Amino acid sequence: MVIPIAYVARNLWTRRLTTALTAGGLALVVFVFATVLMLDAGLKRTLVTTGERDNVIVIRKGAENEIQSGISRDQARIIEMHPAVATGADGQRMASKETVVLISLLRRGDEKPSNVVIRGTSETGLGLRPQVKLTGGRTFTPGTSEIIVGSSIASRFDNTAIGDHLDFAQRSWTVVGTFDAGGSGFDSEVWGDVEQLMQSFRRTSYSSMVARLADPGLYESFKADIDADPRLANEMKREQLFYSDQSRALSTFINVLGLTLSIIFSIGAMIGAMITMYASVANRVGEIGTLRALGFKRRAVLGAFLLEALLLALAGGVAGLLPASLMQFASFSTVNFQTFADLSFRFILTPGIIVKTMLFAVAMGLIGGFLPAVRAARLNIVDALRAI
Amino acid sequence: MASTEAMSPIVEIRNVTKAYRRGGQIVPVLTDITLDIHAGEFTALMGPSGSGKSTLLNLIAGIDRPDAGELRVDGLDVTALGETELADWRASHIGFIFQFYNLMPVLTAFENVELPLMLTPLSRAERRERVELTLAMVGLTDRQEHYPSELSGGQQQRVAIARAIVSDPTLIMADEPTGDLDRVSAGDVLGFMRRLNDEVGKTIIMVTHDAQAAKMARRILHLEKGVLTNGER
Ligand SMILES: Nc1ncnc2c1ncn2[C@@H]1O[C@H](COP(=O)(O)OP(=O)(O)OP(=O)(O)O)[C@@H](O)[C@H]1O
Ligand SMILES: [Mg+2]
Repeated sequence: MVIPIAYVARNLWTRRLTTALTAGGLALVVFVFATVLMLDAGLKRTLVTTGERDNVIVIRKGAENEIQSGISRDQARIIEMHPAVATGADGQRMASKETVVLISLLRRGDEKPSNVVIRGTSETGLGLRPQVKLTGGRTFTPGTSEIIVGSSIASRFDNTAIGDHLDFAQRSWTVVGTFDAGGSGFDSEVWGDVEQLMQSFRRTSYSSMVARLADPGLYESFKADIDADPRLANEMKREQLFYSDQSRALSTFINVLGLTLSIIFSIGAMIGAMITMYASVANRVGEIGTLRALGFKRRAVLGAFLLEALLLALAGGVAGLLPASLMQFASFSTVNFQTFADLSFRFILTPGIIVKTMLFAVAMGLIGGFLPAVRAARLNIVDALRAI
Repeated sequence: MASTEAMSPIVEIRNVTKAYRRGGQIVPVLTDITLDIHAGEFTALMGPSGSGKSTLLNLIAGIDRPDAGELRVDGLDVTALGETELADWRASHIGFIFQFYNLMPVLTAFENVELPLMLTPLSRAERRERVELTLAMVGLTDRQEHYPSELSGGQQQRVAIARAIVSDPTLIMADEPTGDLDRVSAGDVLGFMRRLNDEVGKTIIMVTHDAQAAKMARRILHLEKGVLTNGER
């Protein structure tokens, strides 16, 4: 009872230039839409993988990030000794007291300095982040002015090769190694010995503390104990949640801006699809009359033209997704709105994004094709046949 | 065909009137038409341009509705059918042949002929068999995979005839089927329609301007300004 798909598809093929131009318009919007979602997904992935599942992070109450946070040495000692903190094979508590400071470094080929996170950590701190792997040189020796740099720092900033020196906090620091943190936020950081960094930055307290839970089930009671202890002014969060929360402001910004752009562009693309479909109907009035005379119903005609718009949209969707998927091979950096530090990340195409994008394309096609299809279905048979 | 005279007519038209509204003015097109057509008849409908021939054909074919009067085809009051019922009725009862063939340019000869069968419950294999048989009848077996643009006018009209008869309809309606053809092709098409009437007993109603074409029919009706001038039955 339906008009053959071959009829619909071949009509699109017959008008392939118009089809290509219209699908191209849709593809452009699809591309913008998909890359926005991919950007957001990439950002989230980067910040979520920065955290380890069983790690918790302790910061000053109310601090939104480690830069704003502070933990005194006394507080750190109390928290470190809590029974919920795991003990390592060497008998040491698996907790790392860290300091996080922003420094200015020159990006390669750039005049203006960018903010970079420098993290004072320890052997334990490295052990708590299994995703962090040395890719060159060696790790810093405690008690020295040695530093190691994340992979995206090494690739984008001056003087970050092994053997180079970086000058900050009245000292010259020697780069002795590079590490890869699996695309996480740590890739955009410089790490050194916490005590050395605190000395040269004249800090008396730590910024944050990262600890491994002895048992994942201890999270709630550990958190409650910290909240209840009158000597502490700290709060505890799961590390993954803490870092992903940091992406929220940027993520909202990207989504609002990107989706606003997508919607504005999509109006243009839908009007384009509508014009194309109206022309398609106008060119085939006689054929529509003939089909109806043969016994095809109004809804079959409606279906055929909606299907035509749908195929057009699918073509546009695929044409937009292909270049969008190539964006996965590019790496970008932006300023983390929470810390104002430089953060590098990738576009990630997930199955969910593919589905959302195709639905978006299909919606544009159907909205644009709806009125023309209704016009086709409403044609009077006799009038349509006289149009030949 | 003496026996058909005794049977009730396949098309019964009683006092049918049709007018079109044009710019607030009502233009009468058909006035008080009464006409019977019997099964197996080959009827030619002649008359000057604008006399209402196509309009009468469209009413019988169920793609237009009379303003007044009765219209029964095969005993069924067609005017009482709703829009979708009428579409189903056309699919099973009416085969159309148009002056300009009205083939779908993006479909092959085979697919064009198959189109009416899409509205039947026939399987793919059954459809293929019917289409091949019908295309063989019009002598186009070797042109099945050709698109209309790759066929001559006469060949296109034969494809259109195949499309009109493939679902074995009650009535074949042809509106100036030779109007766009040269003498030879027109002769072919008319010869084929005549054979369809002679050998298969198809009821055909054909609008034509061409006296030569009308001769092929067994009965000629004249329409003048919306009125049938020969009360011939
Ligand atoms: N949809 C319509 N709206 C307005 N007027 C119409 C419509 N259809 C037909 N007419 C008018 O009705 C009259 C009869 O038209 P019809 O097409 O039936 O004539 P015809 O006998 O088939 O002519 P021709 O030989 O030129 O095909 C004409 O005056 C035509 O202009
Ligand atoms: Mg006419």
